[in-house]
Amino acid sequence: MFMKRHVLSMREFSREEIDSVLDLAASLEPYARGRKSDMFAGKILALLFFEPSTRTRMSFETAMKRLGGSVINLGPAEGSSISKGESLADTVRVIGGYADALVIRHPKEGSARLASQFSPVPVLNAGDGAGHHPTQTLLDLYTIKKESFLENLQIALVGDLKYGRTVHSLAYALSLYGADITLVSPPTLRMPDPIKADLSNKGTRVRETCDIGEVINNVDVLYMTRIQRERFPDPVEYNKVASSYRITPESLAGARKGLIIMHPLPRVDEIDPSVDGTKHARYFQQSFYGVPVRMALLKMLIGGGS
Amino acid sequence: MAEIMPKIGLKEGPKELRVKPIVNGTVIDHIAGGQALNVLKILGISGTTDATLSVVMNVESSKLGKKDIVKVEDRELLEQEVNRIALIAPAASINIIRDYKVIEKRPVDLPDEIVGVVRCQNPNCISNTLEPIKSRMLVKARNPVLLRCLYCEQPLTERIAEYLI
Repeated sequence: MFMKRHVLSMREFSREEIDSVLDLAASLEPYARGRKSDMFAGKILALLFFEPSTRTRMSFETAMKRLGGSVINLGPAEGSSISKGESLADTVRVIGGYADALVIRHPKEGSARLASQFSPVPVLNAGDGAGHHPTQTLLDLYTIKKESFLENLQIALVGDLKYGRTVHSLAYALSLYGADITLVSPPTLRMPDPIKADLSNKGTRVRETCDIGEVINNVDVLYMTRIQRERFPDPVEYNKVASSYRITPESLAGARKGLIIMHPLPRVDEIDPSVDGTKHARYFQQSFYGVPVRMALLKMLIGGGS
Repeated sequence: MAEIMPKIGLKEGPKELRVKPIVNGTVIDHIAGGQALNVLKILGISGTTDATLSVVMNVESSKLGKKDIVKVEDRELLEQEVNRIALIAPAASINIIRDYKVIEKRPVDLPDEIVGVVRCQNPNCISNTLEPIKSRMLVKARNPVLLRCLYCEQPLTERIAEYLI
């Protein structure tokens, strides 16, 4: 049963609530693929993106429009009330009066929670600084459930596990499903200790390694993330690390038959384009699944017709 | 019941120095040595206060080694304002004094949420901006104290005194 007024952090989701979102998303998938609906006729979604976004912004917009609703956009901050020094609290109070729900991405951690305190309508967090990105985690879980399996999964999270907000939320959510998690990252980009401790306290099996070759043949899901160049002061060091985490068809030679590879995108060098045609690649489906999952969340928060 | 009468033992000179008992007010005893000024900060008592205060610092204590004592005259501090001092002085005891008598004595007990007292240590947290909100810390553990920012969820467990507002 889903009784939330806002979607702010995966920490606030129980396993039952996640399951209810994923089930509803599955029933809405035909609409994401183009079946006609006017479920959200007369409903308006406001998109407040204070930071650039392509996939998240456009998939929310698609989710709303495919179900017959419409979207209003904050647009660039320059020239808006934000550039005149308006607080986020006032902005969401005003725009909340124009729409049935707000989607917010903001560079400050905790901004979505602040917005939820002032908004008269539901708030969906589409990324708050290095904090949370719960709709990404839900679409990741939906992808795993559809393309692999969620229960007692063996998964490797690879790349930037220190700053990557998606992997923190995903690891937490997977802990609710009894996952066996291997963390693969360069030593400087390891997952922060408090998050690892939190996972262990929940009874999740967590291992850590720097060597992706050790784990590639022993997991059901390989979840890749981008290693950002700017995290490395020395470009030589970056190139060394980036190339060591690059997936190619050859590196997948001994992988399990059912292995799926996921990536929140955009990718840079971490997955060779020649992997796209293999049976393992699922990152473009993953990106598409953002639409039914966001449809489901919007349906749960703002209702609409049947 | 007798009023709290702290005895300050000195190695040389006078054997005993008594701080004057107060008629009415609040005595906060058993504050960890050196934390009295932070306690005042938590209570919102600044240098411009009108209150009559006695602050005794680094008195020998069998329980704590060294302790501080704060006396606030003619003001009975409310439970919720005093409980916040458990953030930095978990062993403190609160004594409400009326007509020289201790009419209530109790330990401090941290509430589940601390509002507007401790700022988040995350410089990129929305609570550290000019937004019209107060900091809000959820108390996740009491011994040792573990706080978690309501907004960005960053934990704070050490050096809490450094983040007092």
